[in-house]
Amino acid sequence: MMHKLSITELSKGLKNKDFSSVELTKHYLDRIAVSELNSYITVTDELALSQAKDADLKIAKGKGTILTGIPYAHKDIFCTKGVKTSAGSKMLDSFISPYDATITEKFNNENMVMLGKTNMDEFAMGSSNENSYYGPVKNPWDQKRVPGGSSGGSAAAVAARIAPFATGTDTGGSIRQPASLCGITGIKPTYGRISRYGMIAYASSLDQAGPLTQTAEDAAIVLNSMSGFDDKDSTSATKETPDYTKNLGNSIKGLKIGLPREFFSEGLESDVEKVIMQSISEFEAMGAEVHEVSLPNSAYAIPTYYIVAPCECSSNLSRFDGVRYGYRCDDPKDLNDLYLRSRSEGFGDEVKRRIMIGTYALSAGYYDAYYLKAQKVRHLISEDFKKAFKSVDVIMGPVSPTTAFEIGTVKDSVSMYLADIYTLSANLAGLPGMSIPAGFSNNLPVGLQLIGNHWSEETLLNVAHQFQLQTNWHSQLPVEP
Amino acid sequence: MTWETVIGLEIHSQLRTKSKIFSGASTAFGAKPNTQACAVDLGYPGVLPVLNKEAVNMALSFGLAVNAKINQHSIFARKNYFYPDLPKGYQISQFELPIVGQGEIEIPLEDGQNKMVGITRAHLEEDAGKSIHDLYDDFTAIDLNRAGTPLLEIVSEPDMSSAKEAVTYAKKIHSLVQYIGICDGNMQEGSFRCDANVSIRKKGDELGTRAELKNINSFKFLEKAINLEVERQIDILEDGGSIVQETRLYDAVKNETRSMRSKEEANDYRYFPDPDLLPVAINDELLSQIKKSLPELPTEKKIRFIKDFGLSEYDAENLTAQIDIADYFESMIAKGADVKLSANWVMGDLSASLNKNQIEIQDSPISAIELYELITKISDNTISGKIAKDIFKSMWEGKGSVEEIIENQGLKQMTDIDALEGIIDEVVNNNTLQVQQFKDGNSKLLGFFVGQVMKATNGKANPKQVNKILNDKLS
Repeated sequence: MMHKLSITELSKGLKNKDFSSVELTKHYLDRIAVSELNSYITVTDELALSQAKDADLKIAKGKGTILTGIPYAHKDIFCTKGVKTSAGSKMLDSFISPYDATITEKFNNENMVMLGKTNMDEFAMGSSNENSYYGPVKNPWDQKRVPGGSSGGSAAAVAARIAPFATGTDTGGSIRQPASLCGITGIKPTYGRISRYGMIAYASSLDQAGPLTQTAEDAAIVLNSMSGFDDKDSTSATKETPDYTKNLGNSIKGLKIGLPREFFSEGLESDVEKVIMQSISEFEAMGAEVHEVSLPNSAYAIPTYYIVAPCECSSNLSRFDGVRYGYRCDDPKDLNDLYLRSRSEGFGDEVKRRIMIGTYALSAGYYDAYYLKAQKVRHLISEDFKKAFKSVDVIMGPVSPTTAFEIGTVKDSVSMYLADIYTLSANLAGLPGMSIPAGFSNNLPVGLQLIGNHWSEETLLNVAHQFQLQTNWHSQLPVEP
Repeated sequence: MTWETVIGLEIHSQLRTKSKIFSGASTAFGAKPNTQACAVDLGYPGVLPVLNKEAVNMALSFGLAVNAKINQHSIFARKNYFYPDLPKGYQISQFELPIVGQGEIEIPLEDGQNKMVGITRAHLEEDAGKSIHDLYDDFTAIDLNRAGTPLLEIVSEPDMSSAKEAVTYAKKIHSLVQYIGICDGNMQEGSFRCDANVSIRKKGDELGTRAELKNINSFKFLEKAINLEVERQIDILEDGGSIVQETRLYDAVKNETRSMRSKEEANDYRYFPDPDLLPVAINDELLSQIKKSLPELPTEKKIRFIKDFGLSEYDAENLTAQIDIADYFESMIAKGADVKLSANWVMGDLSASLNKNQIEIQDSPISAIELYELITKISDNTISGKIAKDIFKSMWEGKGSVEEIIENQGLKQMTDIDALEGIIDEVVNNNTLQVQQFKDGNSKLLGFFVGQVMKATNGKANPKQVNKILNDKLS
């Protein structure tokens, strides 16, 4: 039952020769082959096995890192040389990346094993994974339900243990919300912690990569590998990366937890609230203090986000024009026709919707009223957090107002946007945010959100790890069909 | 009715960095299509721009050279529009906060006065690729080698009031960017491009509606295009019409401008700050470092030429107009050449030959050392000025060094006074009528005798000596 092991345990097993990376990889590939979750867009069997062979050689020589030989699933938004990189879009269905993302390169340098590329909402736009050209992903806890999004394939794969861990990206909650809905651990670090080079851009000032894992300890291990300055990304931070595993064991006695009253208002399902409050009591029992804080501008997070992100994406997605790579319509009559049909046929509805919102908001005469105003509110939201972090160490609350909903039931975009209400602020403020399994409501997982100050990943991981030492929500597994 | 012309220029100057402004690809001109474009230049999914610091330093050099305000916090913005040779669907440029703010530059006018032309701003941006429409019948070919080449866009105030002034300004900027080494100035290759904003008004009126002229790739065409546009606008207004704000394309073959797009058809570029790039922060240390490394600027050089070499204001202006000419001249002087003779030869025969053959001075077939050798032969009376002109032509044609040409063609000046006196006696004896007329007071005839002597000596006599001996013999 190798798939029930965490990264720490797998790494030990590889080192002790309990199993080889090739055996481990085959085990996962076998599980993927029978999975019906639709969590992978591409399974890279051959590549995985050859990477596993290399890893075994390295391990045999006593070389390698804690991650050498560990399989993982890569969100299909990260460029992988020679492997299809689709971003969940018809537009890039034919796109084989000619280069590796910085993260891919880092993982390759550690001789990790890529099992495949995971399904996602098209260009990371969505909260349910229903916006994928490759069809919706099913939640392993209830296959009628969504896994959340946009990193839905990654979250479902880890929850179903058809990958020991997966990568994700989080622009407005795309790591935390699916982690919450699938009952796993996910962290979006501070903006600038992880290089964005080779990560297909949705909204550049908000996008941040991170791991989806079984435990906080695993998240710390993977984050160690992913983080650090990259001279190919001007927005990556030069700040030194600490060893995120070092302080996991610290006591959290005296930890000051802030509960924003705005995160516990109408819209939050009462059963979800109950689970959240129970986990807060757990923290109190561990010696933490709970304080009420206020984030008065958090109500504006949704409108602010849905101006900033579409503005940036309307420009970021202009490069998909049918000229150099990706989808091109048949028999274009002229240049305009080429643009119009390639983009109309290549993009899905939600992507087109956001491109249009952004194009409108940036237009002459509207820029001040929308984009500039949104930037000002974004600053106010940041200030709210700054103030709150003067009195507390970590902010806690729900990740999502509901548990996983049924596929096809949320039909209008605005209702879907409301699912991001608690996660958007951290992106707007560039803060690290995390989701950890906190319990169940009607047999569906509920995630607890932890938001920390800039560069406080160590604190978040420490707090989450201490919680996981006291609880076993993170080790609950969905029933396999 | 008299109209006043108002002109402002936008100059795109390609910066001489080794690599592109946001990628590591080479900027060299003339490579095979699409061989100098990396994933970043091609706008591949997931790539990110990283600012080339060299381009920033070059922009700062320019700013300091025109006494401009340097914005120590400047921002890159995206200019969004679709075009096949614009890979990302936006151009990274600067909009609200350019790196170089208000500055100025002095230009000489035809009447000998000087005029200050304001520089509104200069900003950094990336160039687009090239669309080649005439390679295939049914397709447009795209070459993205140029995509991402750094440009400094230099925007002037509408301070020029004639096409001539606009050209003088453009030449002044052209010279300056080469002086400070930030641009090779090659207009044929598109390293230096001018767009002109032209409007007319009656004296004292507010500014008229302007037309922007594009696609101008030489100073000659700049002057022609502006004059054409001014005439066109005068015709319209005098017929009671009004000017439409539009972009007009200059066609050098047909010598006409035609409408490209009106203001209504203009793109809405939807500028916004590029979230992939941090604001550019310039500290005082970098500024003073760049200030220190600035070379001697044209005005400084001109003042030094007047002071050190005793040149006239006019000569100094001409000799310092281009850094390569100034360098050429100075290396002649450094060898010890006569200043006045050097100035005359560089601005005279050499410039004329260069212009006629459309060669830049750095590619001149006659080097500064060779020209120095030639004029030294004049100074030491080995040859006359007139013979020197013939030798210059032979040198230009590659017929050998000064010494070789003088030797091979027997052009050495006559130094044998006795022989010269003999020839002069012969001329005097053969022209008794003219001798009489001269003695009767027709002093103009001296020229006739000199001419005869020069003819008889194949120009090898020293004119001064001929004059002196003739005067002695005829008095």
